[in-house]
Amino acid sequence: MNDYRSLFADGLWHNNVVFAQMLALCPLMAVTTTATNGLGMGLATTGVLLSANVVIASLRHWIAPEVRIPIFVLLIAALVTLADMAINAWLHELYKVLGLFIPLIVVNCCVLGRAESFASRQPVFASAVDGLAMGLGLTFALILIGGCREVLGSATLFAQASLLLGQSFVFLEITLIRNYPGFLLMLLPPGGFLVLGFLLAGKRVMEQHRVRRQAPVATPVNSTA
Amino acid sequence: MMPEFRQTLSYPMALLGGVALMASTAISVADWLTRADIAQRKLEDLQATLQQVVPVAYYDNDLVRDAVTVNEDGKPVTVYRARRNGQVQAVCYQISTPGYGNSAMVMVMGVDRNGALLGVRVISHAETPGLGDKIELSRSDWILRFNGRSLNDPPPSGWAVKKDGGVFDQFTGATITPRALVKAVKDGLEFFAAHRLLLLDDVVAGGKS
Repeated sequence: MNDYRSLFADGLWHNNVVFAQMLALCPLMAVTTTATNGLGMGLATTGVLLSANVVIASLRHWIAPEVRIPIFVLLIAALVTLADMAINAWLHELYKVLGLFIPLIVVNCCVLGRAESFASRQPVFASAVDGLAMGLGLTFALILIGGCREVLGSATLFAQASLLLGQSFVFLEITLIRNYPGFLLMLLPPGGFLVLGFLLAGKRVMEQHRVRRQAPVATPVNSTA
Repeated sequence: MMPEFRQTLSYPMALLGGVALMASTAISVADWLTRADIAQRKLEDLQATLQQVVPVAYYDNDLVRDAVTVNEDGKPVTVYRARRNGQVQAVCYQISTPGYGNSAMVMVMGVDRNGALLGVRVISHAETPGLGDKIELSRSDWILRFNGRSLNDPPPSGWAVKKDGGVFDQFTGATITPRALVKAVKDGLEFFAAHRLLLLDDVVAGGKS
């Protein structure tokens, strides 16, 4: 059980796709102009990560190491295509919001990364948990960055969330300042890099702070200094 | 524990082929399962778009299926005709123009039989967020200012943004987007004027079916 908990801790924080592995930055910059977009992209990627990990883990005994990368790429591309078609046909409202981003999941290297470093050598269930944890960690990062950019750039939060999640989620949509003139820089890609940079710095500060608190205070004070 | 056949050179190739076959089979099956639904969704999307520029009161026919294709400068333009009691009351069609940075802006416009605009909507664009995207109805009501306009209202010289001496407002910090859009709408109206008889299906007997 403890093992799965550490998988989740890894996915959400210690080995977070964005904040620790620094992967998936290309879709990240393109998508996170609002928290809603981040959420949608995160959930779609989680679905693909989960299914790719399950498929690859269940085929892992047959996959020859010489051709594993093309096989992973092939499987991931097929899964993304399936997801694209299914969402278009049966969840069309969601597709209208996410349509552009679904094919972008293919270029998200964290899917290939998890296949290579985890699913190809771990049992199916553990791989599923890993895919889910990594996906949720990515979703968390996308929402956080999207939220920061949205608040700074257009003074709203979760705009159009009801289009993505259904009418009952209208309460999520918050307008912080009416007639906000807008801060364009935050909505353009440089804003994504700025927000990501500050968040990474924040995470580093938090971790250093924690290490300092955990370390024994025994370091003797040098009186001559 | 590694069986002998896995050592052979052909195993990886067979494996890759097998996986490719599996993946393409899955995609073919999914395509077969979803094709009808996706076509239906596309039709509904088109219907919803057309309804934004042609009010329901204008027609009693199946707008989406009453289409005619007209060649304009070598490019086919599909025109949907809104009929009531068999007579064409309005038409709507898609127009596109390069916007800021030459990325295409695609619009749909509805024109009544007298050549007055019922409405214009931007369907897709890549204008600068926060500046050029005020052409979207969800961000600004600017696009509604075209409603009721026609080629003579304002007169041809007024079909421009205010900065160029016309009657249409530009946005703060964005002139190129509205300028391109105003010109595209004017071109769209001229397209209607040029093909009016054909579009309204008023061609005298013996004409097109």
